[in-house]
Order: sequence, then C-alpha cells, then structure tokens
Amino acid sequence: MSDSLLGQAVVYLAAALLCVPLAKRLGMGSVLGYLLAGILIGPFGLGFVGHEGESIMHFAEFGVVMMLFLIGLELEPAHFWKMRTSILGLGSLQLVLTSTMLAGGLLLLGMDWRGALAVGMALAMSSTAIVLQSLKEKGLGSSQAGSSSFAVLLFQDIAVIPMLALIPLLAVQASAVAHGGAPALLDGLPVWLKAASVLVAVAAVIVAGRYVVVPFLRIITRASVRELSVAAALLIIVGIAWLMKLVGLSPALGAFLAGVLLANSEFRHELESDIEPFKGLLLGLFFIAVGASINFRLLTDDPARILSLVLAVVAVKAAVLVALGRIYRLSFDQTSIFALGLSQVGEFAFVLLAFINRLGIVAGDWTDTLMAVTALSMTMTPLLLLVNERLVLPRFGTRQQEEREADLIDTEHPVIIAGFSSFGSTLGRFLRANGVEATILDHDSDQVDLLRRMGFKVFYGDATRLDILHSAGAASARILFIAIDDPATVERLVSTVRSHFPGLTIMARAGTNLDAHELLDLGVEQVYRDFLDTSLRAGVEVLAQLGQRRYSATRSAQHFIRYDEAALRQLTVHRHDTSAYISNARELIRLQEQLLASDRASTHNQHDHAWDSASPVTAATEKTA
Amino acid sequence: MTTAMDSILILFAHPRFEKSRVNRALLAGLQGQPGITVHDLYEAYPDFNVDPEREQALLLAHRIIVWHYPLFLYGAPALVKQWMDLVLEHGWAHGSNGHHLAGKRALVTVTSGGTRESYAHDGFNRHTMPELLFPLEQAARLCRMDWLPPYVVQGTYRLTDAMLAEQGGQYCRTLLRLAQDPPLETLQQYELLNDWSAAMEHGGQP
Repeated sequence: MSDSLLGQAVVYLAAALLCVPLAKRLGMGSVLGYLLAGILIGPFGLGFVGHEGESIMHFAEFGVVMMLFLIGLELEPAHFWKMRTSILGLGSLQLVLTSTMLAGGLLLLGMDWRGALAVGMALAMSSTAIVLQSLKEKGLGSSQAGSSSFAVLLFQDIAVIPMLALIPLLAVQASAVAHGGAPALLDGLPVWLKAASVLVAVAAVIVAGRYVVVPFLRIITRASVRELSVAAALLIIVGIAWLMKLVGLSPALGAFLAGVLLANSEFRHELESDIEPFKGLLLGLFFIAVGASINFRLLTDDPARILSLVLAVVAVKAAVLVALGRIYRLSFDQTSIFALGLSQVGEFAFVLLAFINRLGIVAGDWTDTLMAVTALSMTMTPLLLLVNERLVLPRFGTRQQEEREADLIDTEHPVIIAGFSSFGSTLGRFLRANGVEATILDHDSDQVDLLRRMGFKVFYGDATRLDILHSAGAASARILFIAIDDPATVERLVSTVRSHFPGLTIMARAGTNLDAHELLDLGVEQVYRDFLDTSLRAGVEVLAQLGQRRYSATRSAQHFIRYDEAALRQLTVHRHDTSAYISNARELIRLQEQLLASDRASTHNQHDHAWDSASPVTAATEKTA
Repeated sequence: MTTAMDSILILFAHPRFEKSRVNRALLAGLQGQPGITVHDLYEAYPDFNVDPEREQALLLAHRIIVWHYPLFLYGAPALVKQWMDLVLEHGWAHGSNGHHLAGKRALVTVTSGGTRESYAHDGFNRHTMPELLFPLEQAARLCRMDWLPPYVVQGTYRLTDAMLAEQGGQYCRTLLRLAQDPPLETLQQYELLNDWSAAMEHGGQP
C-alpha cells in the first residue's frame, strides 16, 4: 500500500488529517498531533512506513529551513540588532552550561571525554520547529518566554557552524579512521581553506541577498505569472540550503540570514505568502517523520535505560533554563514556559549525532539510543507544556483570579474589558480616570502581573471560557468591551456571551473594515474601528499644515465619520449579495473599492455651508439690484 | 382645546446638567408628558457637530419652541449659539424663501443665580431679563416666529428642595397651559411668562 509515492502521500496526509484535529480538540496542539500520527503509521504502529521514514525526515527538515527563512523575513535587521544581548547572553550560557553538564553526565556513564563532549553539544540543541510552533499556537510568540526562547534557538542555530567544525577535530584525535565529514566538497582541504570557503559562502549570501535577489525578483514580478514568484521563492531557499550544505554550514542558518536580508525589501509579504503553505506542510511532515522514527524496539528492550536517559536529559536542560530564567528575571509563569518549552533535544541533534557516528567518535549503539532519546524528548515537550498550562500554572503561577483579601468585599465592576492591548489599556485607563473600574481579561501573564500590581482586577486566561467569564462577573456587569485582535476568538466570545449572558451589552473594537463587518454580522452594533478617528485626526492636521483652517477641516472630519459609519452599515447589508467565496484580503480590497467609489459619488464635504454668508449676501444684492 | 401630540419642543442646553439641581428639578416633571419633547442638546451633540437636517425636522414637528438654558455671563451656553448658526439657515428659517418657522411660538426658559430684583435698570445687573434676551428675540422675529415673554427661575442658590419641587410642578403646568394656545396678545402683556402663569393660577382668564 505504501510502496508508491502516491500511496505514501495518502498515508501521511490521512494520518495528519486524522490525528491533528483530534489533538487540537483535546487541547494538545498540532505538534503532538503530528508526532502521534507518525507513531501511528510508523514501523512500531501500523507499519505503513518503514525505515524510509528517515529519508523523509531529511526531506522534511526543509520545513525547518523554510521556517527560519520566514522568521528572518519577519525580523528586520534593526530588531535583530536590538536582541543581540539576549541572543549572546542567554544563548551562550544555555549552550555552554547544558553541554558541560550533559557531557559530565555522559562521562559518568562511561563515555570517553571526546565522545561526551561531542554528544553533550549535540544534546544541548533544542528544537526550533517544536518550540516556535507550540508557542505560536498558544499565542505566546511575543511574550517574554517567546522572545527568550527565540534568542536561545537562534544562538544554537549559529553555534552549529563552529560545532560542525569542532567535532571532526575531536575525531582526528580519537581515531585515525575518521573521514567522510559532512561537507563532501571541502574534504581534504586544509582547515584554513575550509574556514575561508565558509566565509565566502556567507558573504555570497549577503551580497546576493542585496544585489542579486531583489533585482531578480523585480524581473519575475514584471512577468506577473503567479507560480513564477512561488518558484522564485523556492529557488532562493533551496539555493541557499544547497550552498550552505556545500560548505558545511546549517542550511537553516543560511535561510535565516537570507530572510533577514530580504526583510526590508518590497517583496517581504509576497515571499511570506508564497512560502507559508510549504513550510506548514513540510513541518508537519517533519514531525510525523520524528514520530515514525522513534525506535520502540530499543524502548521495549530496555525501557528503564531509555526513559531514565530521556528524563535526565530533559531535567538537566530544564534546570539550566530555570536558572537562566531567574538570572534574566523572568516571572514564574514565563520561566516555566521557557524552561519546559526548550527542554527537548532538537532536530539538529539528529544531524550532529549522525555526523558523530560517521566520524566514529562514539559507538553505533550509543547513537541509536540517543536518537531515540531525542525523538522521545521531542514528544514530551507538548505534553509537558500541556501539564504546565493545565495543572502547574493555575496552582502556582499567575492565577486566573486573584485571591480575595478576606476583609475586602469584592465589588462587581460594571465593565469588562477583554484583551488589554494598547487599545484596551487606554480604554481602561480612561475609565479609571473617570472613576469607573473595569474588570480585565487577558492571556499574557506578564501583562496580568503588571496590571495587578497597578491595582486592576484582572482575570488571566482564555476570555471565551465560560467559567472565566462567570468569575469575572459577566452575569452582573453591564458592558463587555472586546478588544481582542484575533477575529476567531472574538466570534467565539460573542456567541458565548450571547447565549449565556443575554443582558450584557457587547461593544467591540475592530482592527479593519472587514473585522467591523464581521462584528456587525454577528449583531454587535457598537463597533469602533480603531483607525477611523486617528486617521481623521491626522488628516485634519495634514489639511491644516497645507494651509486650510483647522475648524473647517475638523468639521469635515466629523462629517466624514458620520458618512463612513453610514457607508459601513450599508455595505454590511449588501456584503453577502455576492455569493461567491472570496478570500479575506480580496474582500478587504473590494470593500475599499466600494468605499472609494461611493466617496466619489457623494459630495459629503460640499454640504457644509455653515457660517457661509454667500447665500444671504446674494439675496441682499438681488434685492437692491 | 387644540393640544396636538407634538406641541412643545424644549431645546435644553446645559453643559453640566448632572450638577444642576435646579434644571434637574425643572425637567423631572416633564418626563412622559404628552405633547412635550425634551431634546438634550449637549447629550446629542457633545462634539458640537449639530445635525441641521435632524433639527429642522424636529422644529417642523412642533408648534412651540422653547430654548431652555442657564444664563452664563448674560448669555446662552455656546452650543445654543452653535445650534442657531447651523440650524436657522438662510433660505430655510429666514430670507425671502425661508418660511418654515413662520407662525410658530418661541420663548426662552432661563435659570439664573441672581434674583429678579437684581435684573433691573437700578439693580446689580443693570438690565432686565427680556432685554438680555434681545438677540435671541430678534433672531426669532427674523424667522417670523411669535416671541413670548421668557419663563425664569431666579435666585437659584436660595431654593430649597421643597421649593425646587414646587418650581418643577409650576413649570410643567405653565407649559401644558401654553400648549392650549392662549391668545398671543394676552401672553405678550406680561413681562415674564411666570406672571401670566401666576395670574392663571389665581383664577384669571386665559
């Protein structure tokens, strides 16, 4: 069944489609779903895939490369520069401390120092794919834990270069038979030449990124064939990966570098949307391959050994990270997410262990065992994060609900603000300045801690959960203001509140016209588009600087708001006339187009003849004439 | 009795209504009175962006127009002037083709801290209340409206809660009596509408 390429594709896709929604339904996240799918179809599950799983893994590692390219794209050089201290500080400390401790442990288990050092470094790596995917799904990407994790992972990616250079040196002294290091092209070259070629390759990426890729993309875009730009995006990544492999660098690092270089170009968004689906699929494939490659034979033969190794490795890695979290003053919540999130051994370990094996630094059965440990530790991460989120944090971390002081009567606030971003916080501050206290719902623990210190009544967690809404006082509050960014969350929140708290008035912020339409469709009448007043205030200032009177410009802006609100509501009624499904982005453009068209048709600014003496003067002159 | 459903439109303007015990007492009795529409201008136009179309429609739907406001520095709160500038348009309210308000009755209800005695030629304020309202009166006459004497509540600092309740009741009774369209000449005999109201309460003829 699974012999042909098509048969394999059916197996992988079906397993993913079965396991991932199930895992998400159970609140486990997609990574664990993919891993379970891999175990299910692997040689120790249903046996649909055999050892070709490993070659699929090499192929699927490309997902990681693409992910780093995308991360690079989102990270502008200036931002990267701002993060340099945490990348160097956190990253180097994590790598050095973890490698040393793990190497020490391996020494105690009877490995020689060279092997212990090499393996220690390999095991110190964490999995970019698992960590970033999990954090993104939980909406923690921009939290303290998220950015610290990212810094550590980035440093590890960079550190792969010197490691690949260092490990053969260990082998040279360990045994004379060491040959066949990774970079085939550079074999037999003296060390200085190797180093020079590495530098040349990096320089080539930088120069090409600046002076070749962007003009090349401009030509491609002019041809305006959609699949050509996808092909170009893939070529960039594959090309860089190939170049990096040639000189023995990490393809992921090269892709990241290229991404950063292209972050400032005008093609940033196009590249992102071109690569995104490939990345998602390949990462999924990668996780499945990891699941399928877990050698359960080793596990069943000596479960105690493998499991205790897994636990020891995870414990050591987590312990180092906890210490770092304390040094860098992360809160309890953030430290626990940071430490558990990075506690697995990453996909680079597969590469490094294979390399170490080939060089003969440690014996083959050791590397087999360690590969199994790596895969199992990866499987543990989503589980650990889940346990942390459900069992540990509610008890020891930032609480969902603050413990009430015994002598304090808990007053119910009339307003609940869901989402305390810059919009929600300005709203909350304004209400407070006017003596109205609001209850706040937010899911960023750092934010929650800060707000509690400032004396706000804050509930921590998912605003769409009925129990949290209940304890936040939704039953007695009068107004719920929704200032959450994610439209899907907003929709769930609105329907939950509608069915359980019919007396609660819902008001909402909308980030785009499209969001506003969706809210109106949901029956939320009081919708505030956060850009509207601000852009018109700016517009008044622009007109004023061009020499127009401020008051006339202000009146014009007031009219514009009235007109725009009316236009929005009118468009909402007709929005579903076009039955064809259109993508969100396209719909937004269509809305914009309709607005612009009706702008041209209406003369909403020409009506303002207040304080205009032309009419009475004309009448007077006619009379005298 | 000619009371129509919509006879009196009260254009109420107070930038600090929540702090005004006198005006709260005056308006309290009007809630739910048939034929009386209270239009709270500062609540409707906090941004001073008065909507002329809406206001003109309201004016057309009523026979008696009352500007009701507290006297600040001998004038009306700023929004009243803004309302006049934007709503009483040339060509609609006045001018050779502006006949929409012709024949409607217009008056002012005004509250002041000073007493009636202080608003006199030999008093502290040197002018009577009707004199201080001349610009508004002339604007109403420009719009071909019939100008009525003002209704005043004065010496507001000295009013006790009981007196305030009585004032509220009297204001309401006056307006309801006004809604029955008493003859214009009778009304215009009095300096203040309060005097007409008092005469009526003591059994006079309308």
